[in-house]
Amino acid sequence: MLKIKNLKASVEGKMILNGINLEVKPGEVHAIMGPNGSGKSTLASVLAGREDYQIEGGEVEYIGKDLLDLSPEERAREGVFLAFQYPVEIPGVSTTNFLKAALNQVREHHGKPALDAVSFLKLMKEKMALVEIDQALLSRSLNEGFSGGEKKRNEIFQMAMLEPKLAILDETDSGLDIDALRIVANGVNKLKTRDNATILITHYQRLLDYIVPDFVHVLHKGRIIKSGDKSLALQLEEKGYDWIKEEADTVSA
Amino acid sequence: MTTPDEYITSVGKAFEKFEASLNGSKSTFLHELRKESLAAVLKSGLPGPKHEEYRYTNFGKALEKNIAYEGIVAETAAASSSTPLDSFEGYKLHFVNGKLDVSRSDLGALSDKVTITSLASAVKEQGDLNEYLGSIVKSWPDAFSHLNTAFAKEGVFIRVKKNTVLDKPLYIIHSNDTSATEVLAHYRNLAIVEEGAQLKVIEANFSTGANTSYTNTVLEVFCKRNASVEWSKLQLENETALRIDNSLVYQERDSKCTINTITLSGQMVRNNLYIALDDENTEAHMYGLYLIDGKTHVDNHTSVDHRKPNSFSNELYKGIMDDQSHGVFNGKIFVRQDAQKTNAFQQNNNILLSPNAVINTKPQLEIWADDVKCSHGCTTGQLDNEQLFYLRARGISEDKARAMLLHAFAGDVIANISVEPVREYLEQLITDKIEN
Repeated sequence: MLKIKNLKASVEGKMILNGINLEVKPGEVHAIMGPNGSGKSTLASVLAGREDYQIEGGEVEYIGKDLLDLSPEERAREGVFLAFQYPVEIPGVSTTNFLKAALNQVREHHGKPALDAVSFLKLMKEKMALVEIDQALLSRSLNEGFSGGEKKRNEIFQMAMLEPKLAILDETDSGLDIDALRIVANGVNKLKTRDNATILITHYQRLLDYIVPDFVHVLHKGRIIKSGDKSLALQLEEKGYDWIKEEADTVSA
Repeated sequence: MTTPDEYITSVGKAFEKFEASLNGSKSTFLHELRKESLAAVLKSGLPGPKHEEYRYTNFGKALEKNIAYEGIVAETAAASSSTPLDSFEGYKLHFVNGKLDVSRSDLGALSDKVTITSLASAVKEQGDLNEYLGSIVKSWPDAFSHLNTAFAKEGVFIRVKKNTVLDKPLYIIHSNDTSATEVLAHYRNLAIVEEGAQLKVIEANFSTGANTSYTNTVLEVFCKRNASVEWSKLQLENETALRIDNSLVYQERDSKCTINTITLSGQMVRNNLYIALDDENTEAHMYGLYLIDGKTHVDNHTSVDHRKPNSFSNELYKGIMDDQSHGVFNGKIFVRQDAQKTNAFQQNNNILLSPNAVINTKPQLEIWADDVKCSHGCTTGQLDNEQLFYLRARGISEDKARAMLLHAFAGDVIANISVEPVREYLEQLITDKIEN
């Protein structure tokens, strides 16, 4: 589904990604972990198409297409979903209206007719239950005045509505209490199918107690320096990142 | 090209002609007021670029260039084209090129507690008119208001009697057609809303044609005790229209007034809004939107004068400027020494969509009381890239995302117009304009 080959990217002249290689197949859950500043969020942003980043080399193939060649909206319409680390507040645009516009543009892209008001509402109700989000919240301005947990739940709600092929969750667990984390993780687990894939970007092993990854990758200085299964996350929890960093630095030296 | 001096002399001559045409009404108080006002403007001249209040908006020069005051004070007849507002439910007065078009006006069955009539009839029929007409202008004089007082023949007089609610909104529609010649119009509107009464007015301006349309309009509103007024101005003229609008409000105890000023086009538009809060527990809301492009120049000068304690004023003006358009905002808040416990808020936010668009914004607070809550803020910027990216990352096209954000930005202002069809009409105009 997703093949990242030797991806390099910079921001404001500073190299952040120094050659990422990663393959994600349908049905898989990949966790990307790493210390602050290792490039985790940059990777998520580059995959979603944020224009502040300069691609310096490498390629990304997504369902047979050159992902880097697509605009952010084209990527979204093709099924890439980024759950934002910091969802922005947009005063004056209600979540409902925004999602209706988004969903219908995605549908239009796939040659499907726009959803009428009744079907849209029905779909919304169904997905709302999944993330235990309140209708009142959705008629308010997008994320405006939402608590941290509400914003993250709203991200997963949008994911449920848009049914992406590839979901990238950028530190969706950061700042959540256990209850909110459980709700968010539950939502993600229920949305998992054999045909879609998830990339979890996280700082904390805690999330992986709720969403079990097939692969865990450690990012350091813009490279994946170690990959393994979920036991790697447990090792990291116990020993921290230093031992892997040392290992990696020894190899590259 | 005439010099400012020559121009003001021609204004004086035009007044002589105008005066001669006013047979029989020379003895009224209004005639004296006209002469006084003309004398004042002849003495001061039109404000030039050195005048602090007209620094960014040289309206006098625009007049000198485009309008010969002499000779064309008389109205030109033209075919009236209908406007979308003609079909809205409400009372209607439709003026075409400065004259009331009776066929398009409809006052239905007005209650005897409400008077809606022309300025000319009011002069004859309303015995107390001299107590009101021009009295607010006196506390907030302006050269163009004087010009208006000197020349205004047409206009609307409204009186809503004690505890009466005007059951439907009143639409005052102006259409100017300048395809044959320039149109010059002075309107003088006056509303007296008595104790506990309620009034909603929508004043809408349209123009077509390649010649200059010049409108000088003055509105005085008296909100008596516990009265409530909502007055919305829709300025929708074309690129040859010059408009100067002086709107002045006087509020008594417990009264509430909302003035909405929406400008979507025109050549040069200057709005002077002045609200005097002359007693306790008064409430004033001022909302403005200027969404402009091309070479349109829009200047909103507002002043709110808190004279007594415990009053509230709230102001929100928003601007979106594209191409080479130019916006100006100046918001004055006066809090007199007596006006303790005043709450006054002011906000002006601007989005520039083009590197050639300009905004000059200036809040001006003068506070003499020591126990007040006042705030002001202004922002100028482009569309927020983070917000744009967020919408696009959900599959929304860049154009649509920009339109959504601009619409949301403008929507804050439009939301305050309580007359639903008008709000919907404006929302559609804004959508069309943003997505053009």
